[in-house]
Amino acid sequence: MHEFRFDPVAMPAAAEALRSEVRAFIAGEVARGAFTPSRNSWSSFDPDFSRKCGEQGYIGMRWPKQYGGHERSALERYVVTEEMLAGGAPVGAHWIADRQSGQQILRYGSERARSTILPRIAAGVCYFSIGMSEPDSGSDLAAVRTRASKTEGGWKISGTKVWTSGAHMTNYLIALARTAPKEDDRHAGLTQFIVDLSHPGVSVRPIYNLYGGHDFNEVVFDEFFVADDMVMGEPGMGWTLVTSELAFERSGPDRFLSTYQLLLESIRAIGTDPDARSANEIGRFVAHLATLRRMSISVAGMLERGEQPTVEAALVKDVGTAFEREIPETFRQLIPTEPSLGAGTSYAELLGMSILRAPGFTIRGGTREILRGMIARGLGLR
Amino acid sequence: MSENRNDLLNTVDRIIDEHCARPLRESAEAGEWPAGLWRALEAVGLDRAALPEEAGGSGLAFEDAMLALRRSAYHATPVPLAETMLAGSLLAAAGLAVPQGALSVAPVNTSDRLEFVHGSTRTSVVGVAHRVPWGNLCAQVVVVGELDGKDIVGMVSTSGSVRGVEQNLAGEPRALLGFDHAQLTTFAALPGGLARLQAGGALCRSVQMAGALERALEYSLLYANERVQFGRPIAKFQAIQHMLAQLAGQVAAASAAADAAVEASALAPDEFAVAVAKSRAGEAAGKGAEIAHQVHGAMGYTREHNLHYVTRRLWSWRDEFGNEPHWQRRLGRLVAAHGADALWPMLSGL
Ligand SMILES: Cc1cc2nc3c(=O)[nH]c(=O)nc-3n(C[C@H](O)[C@H](O)[C@H](O)COP(=O)(O)OP(=O)(O)OC[C@H]3O[C@@H](n4cnc5c(N)ncnc54)[C@H](O)[C@@H]3O)c2cc1C
Repeated sequence: MHEFRFDPVAMPAAAEALRSEVRAFIAGEVARGAFTPSRNSWSSFDPDFSRKCGEQGYIGMRWPKQYGGHERSALERYVVTEEMLAGGAPVGAHWIADRQSGQQILRYGSERARSTILPRIAAGVCYFSIGMSEPDSGSDLAAVRTRASKTEGGWKISGTKVWTSGAHMTNYLIALARTAPKEDDRHAGLTQFIVDLSHPGVSVRPIYNLYGGHDFNEVVFDEFFVADDMVMGEPGMGWTLVTSELAFERSGPDRFLSTYQLLLESIRAIGTDPDARSANEIGRFVAHLATLRRMSISVAGMLERGEQPTVEAALVKDVGTAFEREIPETFRQLIPTEPSLGAGTSYAELLGMSILRAPGFTIRGGTREILRGMIARGLGLR
Repeated sequence: MSENRNDLLNTVDRIIDEHCARPLRESAEAGEWPAGLWRALEAVGLDRAALPEEAGGSGLAFEDAMLALRRSAYHATPVPLAETMLAGSLLAAAGLAVPQGALSVAPVNTSDRLEFVHGSTRTSVVGVAHRVPWGNLCAQVVVVGELDGKDIVGMVSTSGSVRGVEQNLAGEPRALLGFDHAQLTTFAALPGGLARLQAGGALCRSVQMAGALERALEYSLLYANERVQFGRPIAKFQAIQHMLAQLAGQVAAASAAADAAVEASALAPDEFAVAVAKSRAGEAAGKGAEIAHQVHGAMGYTREHNLHYVTRRLWSWRDEFGNEPHWQRRLGRLVAAHGADALWPMLSGL
């Protein structure tokens, strides 16, 4: 049996020093009115704030200096990300590029891709989207139909991506496409491409989400040209790349802090002398949160040691997203409020937006059911 | 895992193998003291494992002592190991000598209080303590209460004070002790007082629940791979896989929470970390046991299968030394009193 171990990790002194620094930075930004702590931290889009993060050295932290990085540890990066989320900072613009795309380009990109793109990501001025899902390919990612065929000096891509978060504002996406016909091994013949969204041959159309917000898009490629040196890894390696990319997506504090601001405001609304039931619920969430944080830091420790904690990451995301979803469901009963829209920064609005966004938590980045399948595989059941 | 830790686990495994067969489990549930098993644990110093070396400990780090306790719970070992460790550490914290033999602690019920009184020649204890674990089978219990408004720990013989014996759901004895000016054989001031006893007990139960949950998961995986229905192992059904994935999540969370509490409590139980652990592990105990039984079908509902040895303990331990609401409430009040803005610094330790 695979035993899931979430071994303790001691935060190095450098990481704790960094924690104070980041906290002071965020407090400074709030004080000068740059942003109001947001319920929507990593789904926001604020290039000014991202640029400032770049200047502070908070993006591309683990990358080599040669590519604009800061050669810091996974744990230091962890501290920065959790402080940003806990502080409700608008980190959404650079989030994907920092969390996964840049990391992948560093490992699998051509020298040109690395040297032209990574320094801009690290500077907080270049943003990425994820081009995986398609109309007929969601959980079953290997079913993608977007095709790329070889042409002089590069590839021509045609097909449709959906749910592409932020593609109307980002500079690039990494698209997964089929480059060889499907064979017995359906995971073969897939390739990832770096797509410059400012080039001709790609159109981005909004798909409004359930509350009328514009986060995700449909992205259509029509004979879109990608140069050879914007291929990730070797043609045909796409599945391996996608799998490693998803591991970065899954274990971080963004998978249990989505409704943290609502937890905070609920504690504030309940006040300093809670009745027994409210105290119970607050205590229960704090116990869950402290535990999730420990598990997530443990995964960061595994990444630091160069391990591949794919299953542990899936487990943190499954447990973490369930926690995020419970917060609005519980507090709406303790603090009788009609969830409301258009109420500005009030509790009613915060609650309302949390309820409306909650269904996405257990779908984006791999559904709860898919994650449980991965955990089951890790347990030796598949 | 370090070699020493592996040795430690192997030692516990070996003792269970040699001294804890099914007939012994059954006789222990019938109320008999498992003398041979206890002697074997004593022989390797596990009863004193949580004590500092200068207090007669076996030289293990506190974390290793808790690892041994966890393993004993994984094996559903029917002995007062946690209670003896806890009682000893309370005596040691007060600078008192720790006697040989199994010990228990009182009061364990969060609403019981014992009163200490000065007499002309001796100091004695008055009051009733409910559900003292193994209280009828331990010659002495460590008692905590107040004397002249100060927190005191002392020791008292149980002889003549046992008013009744019940069992927890796992058949472990829980004694009603009534003290009517029973003489303390020794006593001293205890930093932290009753709160220290409760938190120490809750810490032990959290660690034990993590161990029992680990076993429940292991039994469930084994069974799911063996049991064939509709022509294939039930492990191949997605519904079963998802249940087991959730069980694994509960086990991992209980372990992580218990580990964190152990780490923070080497010198004295850390209230915050213990409250997190007892709340989280207690919740995992109920949810985990439910899944484990569902996966086992009727077989898990038999006395024959071993699953019940751990699940009956989970259903007991989650309510001992304060149930989830008890600790959640304390956490919740603490967090609320400090205000929302203090939460993150509290969690991140800065
Ligand atoms: C807010 C949000 C943002 C997103 N952003 C992006 C993005 O930027 N880029 C991108 O590429 N994608 C993005 N996605 C898409 C996301 O990755 C997919 O929604 C997800 O992978 C699930 O695919 P689907 O929606 O097609 O659901 P389906 O795969 O059709 O699943 C529907 C239901 O069936 C269940 N199901 C499917 N297969 C199985 C199975 N084998 N066993 C058991 N149950 C199964 C699922 O768990 C789910 O409950 C985003 C989604 C959301 C909600």
